Amino acid sequence: MRRVVVTGLGLVTPLGGDVETSWKNLIAGKSGAGPITRFDASNQKATIACEVKGKDHEWGFDPDKRVDTKIQRQVDPFIVYGLDAAGQAIEDAGLTEMDQATKERTGVSIGAGIGGLPGIEYESVNLHERGPGRVSPHFVHGRIINLISGQVSIRYGLMGPNHAVVTACSTGAHSIGDAARMIRDDDADIMLAGGSESTINPLGIAGFAQARALNTGYNDRPEQASRPYDRNREGFVLGEGAGVVVLEEYEHAKARGAKIYAEVVGYGLSGDAYHVTAPHPEGKGAELSMRMALRKAGLEPDDIDYINAHGTSTMADTIELAAAKRVFGDDLGGASMSSTKSAIGHLLGGAGAVESIFCILAMRDQIVPPTLNLDDPDEGTEGVDLVPHTAKKREVNAVLNNSFGFGGTNASLVMRKID
Amino acid sequence: MSDTAERVQKIVVEHLGVEADKVTQDASFIDDLGADSLDIVELVMAFEEEFGVEIPDDAAEKISTVGDATKYIEEHKG
Repeated sequence: MRRVVVTGLGLVTPLGGDVETSWKNLIAGKSGAGPITRFDASNQKATIACEVKGKDHEWGFDPDKRVDTKIQRQVDPFIVYGLDAAGQAIEDAGLTEMDQATKERTGVSIGAGIGGLPGIEYESVNLHERGPGRVSPHFVHGRIINLISGQVSIRYGLMGPNHAVVTACSTGAHSIGDAARMIRDDDADIMLAGGSESTINPLGIAGFAQARALNTGYNDRPEQASRPYDRNREGFVLGEGAGVVVLEEYEHAKARGAKIYAEVVGYGLSGDAYHVTAPHPEGKGAELSMRMALRKAGLEPDDIDYINAHGTSTMADTIELAAAKRVFGDDLGGASMSSTKSAIGHLLGGAGAVESIFCILAMRDQIVPPTLNLDDPDEGTEGVDLVPHTAKKREVNAVLNNSFGFGGTNASLVMRKID
Repeated sequence: MSDTAERVQKIVVEHLGVEADKVTQDASFIDDLGADSLDIVELVMAFEEEFGVEIPDDAAEKISTVGDATKYIEEHKG
């Protein structure tokens, strides 16, 4: 069977415009949350978010590095983030100079949960106020979800499968899982895979707040607002950004002497069949997804050292934890489990990819990132290492990432270090 | 350079992300400045906005150089 490994990483997060800055800040226990600066949010129920910082910030993102200014003007930020993260991953993998045959065997699978909501909002107002003749000719292709994959393909000449997953907050994990399958099935030798999102705009904040999903009680203490597993958690903090990995067939990577971060060994998927926003109270879907990923990986629950939880800082956290306990045991078989959403907020379609990259870096550096603000652990958390407050050095050889989305869609990825 | 030509040049530089010295009156949007058909639609909208003129589709189709745009605007602006 063709094996699939990770040979390149790219990140744009509220903690940094690249992989190493984001990771360093995450391990240092920094928070990406703050008052919304993108627009005047004073009339919103939630006035805070985890924004990607501008280039003047100590850990800001400079879009000019890899994305033409003309494209920046035509497309929504989620495409800019995705394009940049893909570029980072290509550079990291040493694939900037691909020959034509390689390009024809290299594909892209970068999705988003929502897509270009800020641009849709803007042009909708524009249409109503100024008429159809003022709508941008770039409106459609600058907002739709598969246009990260399209833009990456055009920018780097990649002619393999061009795919884009849309499964809400599971998008990033499904994108990587689906792309790994494409390599396994011999559709491609290399896939750029991941997810991106940027919906910190009035309609996005209002929509999630009206769905009662957002934290609205910590507007005066943004850094404390995302608090997974804490008794006083009360909703997620919206984040934005992108994560993209280079997936590569193992022999192909070995033959060119590529640096290999990890092997993607297991992929589980399931549906809750329960409710549009709330998870099944017994977490059956989450459990099925984790079990499938382990089974496909051929690993025992005890083999997993670190779980990056979906852990959004909502009531769903303890449902996920209960499901994990049924799969891994009451002490999670000695695994550490943390939610990095405590630091970067919820990146929606970007979450699963960004968090998978954090899992990979945990294996690289043998350290697991913390769950911030876990001051008063909720019932059901006893006996589990949720890595409160500070990062923890420990052996990490195999990891599992969970991502669950609206509609009751679940995905789990298992990755392990390679000898 | 006339006032109109200068303002046209500025819009073209901003929208196409090209160097100002490349935006001569003879420059073709597609052949010299790397624009595609959608870029031209967007440029025409920007000209309409900037100069308060209306450039109908059949007129826009005939605009292929910077000079064509400048000339059309000078002839039609109020």
